[in-house]
Amino acid sequence: MAHPAVMRPPVQREIGADVYNEKLGMWVFLGSEVMFFTALIGSYIILRVGAPEAWADPNEILAVPITAVNTFLLICSSVTMVKAFASVQEDNQEALKWWLVATVIIGAAFVGVQMYEYSQLVHEGFVPSGYVPGSELAERAAHGELPASVGIYGSSFYTMTGFHGFHVSAGVICLSFVTWKAFRGKYSAADHRGVEVIGLYWHFVDLVWIILFTIVYLI
Amino acid sequence: MATSAVPLEQAVHSEAHELPFIRKYIFSTDHKIIGIQFLLFSLLFLLLGGMLAGMMRWQLGFPDAPMPVGTILPETMAPDGILLPEFYNSLVTMHGTFMVFFAIMPLLVGVFGNYLIPLKIGAPDMAFPRLNMASFWIAVPAGILMLAGFFVEGGHAAAGWTAYAPLSADPEWTGVSTGQQLWLLSLAILGLSSILGATNYISTIVNLRAPGMTWFRLPLSIWALFITAILVLLAIPILSGAAIMLFFDQTIGTHFFDPTDGGQPLLWQHLFWYFGHPEVYILILPAMGVVSDIIANGSRKPVFGYHSMVYALIAIGFLGWIVWGHHMFQSGMNPTLGTAFMISTMLIAVPSAIKVFNWMGTMWRGNIRLHVPMLHSVAFVAMFVIGGLSGVFMASNTFDIYIHDTYFIVAHIHYVLFGGSLFAIFGAITFWYPKMFGRMMNSLLGKIHFWLTFVFFNLAFFPMHSIGLGGHMRRLYDPSQYQFLQPMQPINKFISISVFLLLASQIFFVINFIMSWFNGRKAPENPWEDNGLEWSTPSPPPHGNWDKSPAVYRGPYEFSSPLVEEDFLPQYRKLETDEEPVAATRET
Amino acid sequence: MSWILPPSASTFAAQIDFIYYVILVITGIAFVVVEAGLIWFVIKYRARPGRKAYYTHGNITAEIVWTTIPAVTVVMIGLMSGGLWNEIKGRDSVPPDAIPFGVKAEQFEWTFTYRGLDGELGTADDFSLRNQLHIPVNQPVALSITSEDVIHAFFVPAFRVKQDIVPGLGATIWFEATETGDFEIACAELCGLGHYRMRAMVTVHSAEDYQQWVTSQTTVALAE
Repeated sequence: MAHPAVMRPPVQREIGADVYNEKLGMWVFLGSEVMFFTALIGSYIILRVGAPEAWADPNEILAVPITAVNTFLLICSSVTMVKAFASVQEDNQEALKWWLVATVIIGAAFVGVQMYEYSQLVHEGFVPSGYVPGSELAERAAHGELPASVGIYGSSFYTMTGFHGFHVSAGVICLSFVTWKAFRGKYSAADHRGVEVIGLYWHFVDLVWIILFTIVYLI
Repeated sequence: MATSAVPLEQAVHSEAHELPFIRKYIFSTDHKIIGIQFLLFSLLFLLLGGMLAGMMRWQLGFPDAPMPVGTILPETMAPDGILLPEFYNSLVTMHGTFMVFFAIMPLLVGVFGNYLIPLKIGAPDMAFPRLNMASFWIAVPAGILMLAGFFVEGGHAAAGWTAYAPLSADPEWTGVSTGQQLWLLSLAILGLSSILGATNYISTIVNLRAPGMTWFRLPLSIWALFITAILVLLAIPILSGAAIMLFFDQTIGTHFFDPTDGGQPLLWQHLFWYFGHPEVYILILPAMGVVSDIIANGSRKPVFGYHSMVYALIAIGFLGWIVWGHHMFQSGMNPTLGTAFMISTMLIAVPSAIKVFNWMGTMWRGNIRLHVPMLHSVAFVAMFVIGGLSGVFMASNTFDIYIHDTYFIVAHIHYVLFGGSLFAIFGAITFWYPKMFGRMMNSLLGKIHFWLTFVFFNLAFFPMHSIGLGGHMRRLYDPSQYQFLQPMQPINKFISISVFLLLASQIFFVINFIMSWFNGRKAPENPWEDNGLEWSTPSPPPHGNWDKSPAVYRGPYEFSSPLVEEDFLPQYRKLETDEEPVAATRET
Repeated sequence: MSWILPPSASTFAAQIDFIYYVILVITGIAFVVVEAGLIWFVIKYRARPGRKAYYTHGNITAEIVWTTIPAVTVVMIGLMSGGLWNEIKGRDSVPPDAIPFGVKAEQFEWTFTYRGLDGELGTADDFSLRNQLHIPVNQPVALSITSEDVIHAFFVPAFRVKQDIVPGLGATIWFEATETGDFEIACAELCGLGHYRMRAMVTVHSAEDYQQWVTSQTTVALAE
């Protein structure tokens, strides 16, 4: 470790944001994340509104019930994250560890379910470029039960949910690191920056999912 | 909370002597080393970008003649020294890409953001030094990927630096696949580097200012870098998102920008310019900032209207978000939007004018020292004015019908980016070189370089207005194809020769830069008699910058103050009448 | 080196050129004031030993003056441009009596479709020509342009006409030529390796010549 000491001791500074650097930094970084998802979601809305033909009903193509369960899972992980943070504030080391472990497991489960959903969709014939020729969905489209083309549907669906999944995965990795540090007793009521900062990120990713689930699966 | 008793600066400082070479100069977390790394990285790309421009100008000036030493290029680029049209399009694309993303942007944001922010606000380092190191080492592979594109089959990206879809989205239209994909990948990776950098700058400026360094005592360079960092933070992710979508269109068959399957080519333009116009200000605001510092120093006067300078920076940063449509006046978007975008675009002239008049106000009744940085800064103002005024022509959506996509636009962006940003960069490098390397750059070589660059820059780019007004299209491989362009060919030749001389003049800078590093006069602590905090520490400053955190007693531009005999009064100099600044003790 | 625009040959070209000259005069004045001021200051206030600069932090009145003047000026330029813009590019601006043409842009050529003698596009006596547009003088024409592949831009310098053609979107533009003769059409948007040679000609005929020309072409087309 090169500079564990940098910025750690109390310093005389101008009054800044009145929060410690890591928390400020995470808030700032999340500002950039907001813009990233705005680009993806905004493009989805523009493409969907401007689509030349009818948009396919999500119920016909996507696995809405299983994803609803997955959404519930992710919301639960936000709750366990809150519990973990509350525990460390009370200096309850045991509770901190196990709430963090729970969060990691649920987060990983979310990614697992999403992978399963993708594999099912691909199997049925729905890929980023649209229908797979000759697949079940393509047959139904040929019979007029589904829109003739779901090219931009597939493009935006996989890109948005894929990048969200990427963010959850990154979060799980960082959370695992925080959990490992928690097991080594690195956090306390006095110093729990790591837990709080990863918590901010985790809640943000959760919030993005709720928006995505609403506009991609429900509407 | 961990409250070790070691004062911050000592904790950092004491480690400086133990670091092995690789940790001190390669994988360094010291903001000053990282700034210098960015300097060398981006100067390399500046040089490469200039060479690409030289090749383009050969083709435009002498379309039928083989390029001297062009025979060393492979058959796929220039058989017998004659450039191929597809290679010319790659040159157009990569000249813009190198200059915008790998030269000017890292020079301003990467170099001066890194080097100046902690030194000028009195911090020992960035808020997140390791993140800062990551930011540089993410930029390096991005640069390598971008260079690699020249060596892949099908050649490098050839859809322009704006990569308009569907030309860029489907290899069918350009014959380029891997090159375009590398281009997109590289920009997405570079974007991550920029975002990490911006996060760091913002956190540092907000939280790490020395006691007494209140917001309105910040030098304008820091204000400009702060606004720029916000723009980077919010604009770059838009480009990353768009680049990823285009990358998927190229690789896994998505249809975002493919009109044959419901995609929208104009969506790319909206995304690109929604990023791209803030990007334009990312490329000029820091230049405005450093120029403000240097002009105050050279004029030995406080900056005229410091507060309105700050508000003008903020206004430009804000307006930058609502003008992107002016790049798309002729794109076929709703014409009513065209009028709205014209008005918002016109309004940008106002804060820009405020800045120009305030720079002049700063020089008015000054005691002007025309040192090399000052020469470059005055030239910045003079050239930026031309770039700004030519902007008014194209801001008028009606006249833009005629000059859109002509050399008038090329002239405009070069007056802003070369005449503006690059002159500011040359000035700033000369100004802070002694702090960076502990030695002065040679003043005579600096003046020769300045005058040659100034003259040949104008000879090269001013006539472009004229051929643009004649309707000369940009990105044109061979102007002799058109009858109406043939009378302009002598001007094209003249421009090309001027560009070659302009490129040759840069040799003086390269020599000066390298020679001074080894043989320059040793720099004193404060060679320019400036007021900034960075001049209160040795040249170059040690790791951690100060033994003891400096205190700040006044604003950044107290030149010729009646309070003291000398004509400068540094921010860190305590007069008898000054009180110690009150600051918060923050547990970190 | 010239600040004069090349000769124009369409109705609104003169108005567009007028806007240019207005902006040229305004920016020209600003240019001279600023550049002369800079040179004058650098000479007049050059450093002299034993002298100190005038210590001031600014002047509110001056700030207000040089904020207001540019603001008013640019808004005026904006208003002046906006009206003409709507006349040329507005969604309903195409004159009802304009002769319709079909134009197809593709890498790297233009195909122009004429309505033939029956006065209707999309009928059997339509005929098409590569890279050749023939129009009558003093008569509005409306071009419905589509693109087959990538974005092109239809540019006739002499008419001060330019319009990007986005595939899947297309565009309809109009103009009215005021001079007879041949004028060049260029592609103004980078569209691939042959972009530089995506060139066509527009021939402006007198009304009688045009009618004759259409008749001869239609006969040829029908004979085929």
